[in-house]
Amino acid sequence: MNMTRREAMLFTSSALLFAATRPGPATAQGQSVIRFAPHAALRVLDPVTTNAYVTRNHAYLVYDTLFGMDSNYVPKPQMVDTWKTSEDGLTWDFHLRDGLAFHDGAPVLASDVIASIQRWWQKDIVGLRLKAVTKDISASDDRSFRLVLSEPFGIMLEAFARPTSIPLFVMPKRIADLPPATVLEEVVGSGPFRFVQEDFRPGVSWTYVKNEKYVPREEPADGLSGGKVAGVDRIEVIWFPSPDTAMSALQNNELDIIESVSPDRKPMFDGTDITVIARASPTVSTIRFNWAQPPFDDVRLRKAVQAAVTQRDYLDVIVGDPEAYSICGALFGCGTPLETDAGFVDSGTPNLERAKQLVKESGYKGEKVVIITPGDVASFSALAPMTQQILSSIGIDSEIQTMEWSAFLTRRANSGPVAEGGWNLAHAVFDGIDLISPLGNMNFDARGKAGYTGFIDDPETETLKTQYQREPDPAKQKAIAEEMQKRAYDQVFYIPLGTYKQFIALRPELKDYVNSPVVVLWNVTKT
Amino acid sequence: MLRLIVLRAASSVPVMFIVAVIVFLLLRLSPGDPATIIAGDAATPAQIENLRASMGLDQPLPLQFLTWIGSVIQGDLGQSILSRMPVSELIADRLGPTLVLALCAIVVTVLVAVPLGALAAWRHNSWVDWAVMTLSVLGFSIPAFVVGYLLMLFFSISAGLLPVQGYVSPLVDLGAAARHLVLPSLTLALVFMALIARVTRSSLLEVLGQDFVRTAKAKGNPDFRTLWRHALPNAAVPIITVIGLGIAMLISGVVVTESVFNIPGIGRLTIDAILARDYPVVQGLMLFFALIYVGVNLLIDIAYILVDPRIRY
Repeated sequence: MNMTRREAMLFTSSALLFAATRPGPATAQGQSVIRFAPHAALRVLDPVTTNAYVTRNHAYLVYDTLFGMDSNYVPKPQMVDTWKTSEDGLTWDFHLRDGLAFHDGAPVLASDVIASIQRWWQKDIVGLRLKAVTKDISASDDRSFRLVLSEPFGIMLEAFARPTSIPLFVMPKRIADLPPATVLEEVVGSGPFRFVQEDFRPGVSWTYVKNEKYVPREEPADGLSGGKVAGVDRIEVIWFPSPDTAMSALQNNELDIIESVSPDRKPMFDGTDITVIARASPTVSTIRFNWAQPPFDDVRLRKAVQAAVTQRDYLDVIVGDPEAYSICGALFGCGTPLETDAGFVDSGTPNLERAKQLVKESGYKGEKVVIITPGDVASFSALAPMTQQILSSIGIDSEIQTMEWSAFLTRRANSGPVAEGGWNLAHAVFDGIDLISPLGNMNFDARGKAGYTGFIDDPETETLKTQYQREPDPAKQKAIAEEMQKRAYDQVFYIPLGTYKQFIALRPELKDYVNSPVVVLWNVTKT
Repeated sequence: MLRLIVLRAASSVPVMFIVAVIVFLLLRLSPGDPATIIAGDAATPAQIENLRASMGLDQPLPLQFLTWIGSVIQGDLGQSILSRMPVSELIADRLGPTLVLALCAIVVTVLVAVPLGALAAWRHNSWVDWAVMTLSVLGFSIPAFVVGYLLMLFFSISAGLLPVQGYVSPLVDLGAAARHLVLPSLTLALVFMALIARVTRSSLLEVLGQDFVRTAKAKGNPDFRTLWRHALPNAAVPIITVIGLGIAMLISGVVVTESVFNIPGIGRLTIDAILARDYPVVQGLMLFFALIYVGVNLLIDIAYILVDPRIRY
């Protein structure tokens, strides 16, 4: 025996010493700090590589945008000072405002903006359309750039302002020049807050500090537009895998804001001093069919399911509280500029007889339909059993296959037959802001197997989208969007299952929170 | 002793290699891929394919394995696909909270469970024995998350004595670190106490019937001294085994407690990496866990020698 007991104790002490870890984020005395619990953990920092909402939300604090959408979904200038377009709509000139600088101290130049646009338009669905009609993009001087188009692009400002999955954020050229498939490691923006790289613990916590040199616009904050004033010195973001722990931490004053509180958990704050607000952008769940495979390649079978589905049935199960949900037939969102009921067929009562008749007419032979669903995402949990019950009620045999989210995404992207890892029916859940644009709304991606999951193949819709993109007049845009909606209901692109609210919870010490579709923390102050 | 350490180190090499091969193959055979997860559900097939190529996932599997294992041999566990951070840095960062938590839980467990188990054995078939065993069954039966939320409700929300969540390094603020560790350590300790108390009891019951214990008593040793100085060291081998394996299990699998109390430990990192199919991180973690088990087994063997000089290797 070579080790004495004393040596053994020494060994144990060393192990304990080894347990000493790197210190957490240091907070200077006297600083105002907001502690924020997001809806998901941040793991990927590059807002172009991924369309994860948490990455987008992170990017809104760090990067600035050329335009920002106000609370009425109208694009307003942000980094851009002035702009003009030629009479034929083919030439657009933009001039940047004074005082724009990146967090590394370099001024924001037109070349940075151009590189950022060129990286963004390789990934974003609207950006791809802009790229396709751009003949030339060039800098006129350090603070001005010009786009020359081959055909009019009536939604230019909307494209630059759109706050959906992959917004146009401006990065330094040296970073933006990297291909979009290269996941960025460096976060350098020109926004109101600076990302603290050394505090980034993926999937756990991350921090922003006030960008002292940021010059906000003079207009008041409105949606994602207006003055982005950093109201606190520091924002500490902490991811909570357990929502119940986050709610307890908020009540215990260990947190200041929870980004997403589901309707069923909201009553837990009743009688407390916590403020609970409905978020500006609602949640929308949907049924998607695989158009590329039988039996749902037949519109009659899709119509059969459509006849049997009512939004209220789903909403009563998913949400329960009628105060927190609404029946909404507008495929571009209720309360948005393109809201319309055109083509909406949901009368509130399922028409089972018609549904059964359509099943019969479709020639459905009783084959088993495979419904895929993620077992680890709460917002999906009630959807598949409900759909299976409806299918059963109209004579469609089905099987639910449950998997984890990552496997679900891979499987849902497979357009092949079930025997080759495909699927027949799935669900999708959207943030309402993702639906407002006919060009950005993934449910209107009608490019077949090259497009969004569901693989809708409808050249007529793609033609309508091109007409929409060329049209600068909002009234005419709305008319085209209405046509698109009618077509979507007629061909049953998908079935919308209603709209429901998510809530944000704030401690009473917080003031001036601006409720926008993306939870951004500029303007918020803490007493 | 040195021979033992060298032999164990040598024998761990093939173990680690087998772990590496199995983990690599299992990950690649499981459905889901990191490119789809990073790109998101609105990405087109072409965009996903570009991303896969940029991560080297379009290469043949043997080539991917050789590239990875070559880096590991050179001491480089690679880079996280998602965050682009070095895997070794991620593991090192997340090891501290788990290790501190595991050691606190084990210390509490040993300090409470071993005496309780000894007491139950000493008062075999009495109400004390019955009470200890009932408590241990209860401790083992209640899930950790239930215990965690109940402790949180009583001590944090109602009494306002302790924080709900989070981790503070003892190097930053010892008092705050202790306050943050009380509830999660208790949660873990309650589960392990049950196990260790039962093992202590049964192991001691075997020893207490042996001749040397009777001799010790006959020589006039008081009860406590007989139990503590004579019986317990001779019953220690299975107890040490359970404690050692308990430490290894805690380090590799305290995910529930870490999630309930929002502690950024290695259990959460493991689950995150598996769900996101972050291959380099999962592979690195599995190698690390294998190393932990090899190391803990070695420590257990050393502890055997320390408590029982008759044991030789």
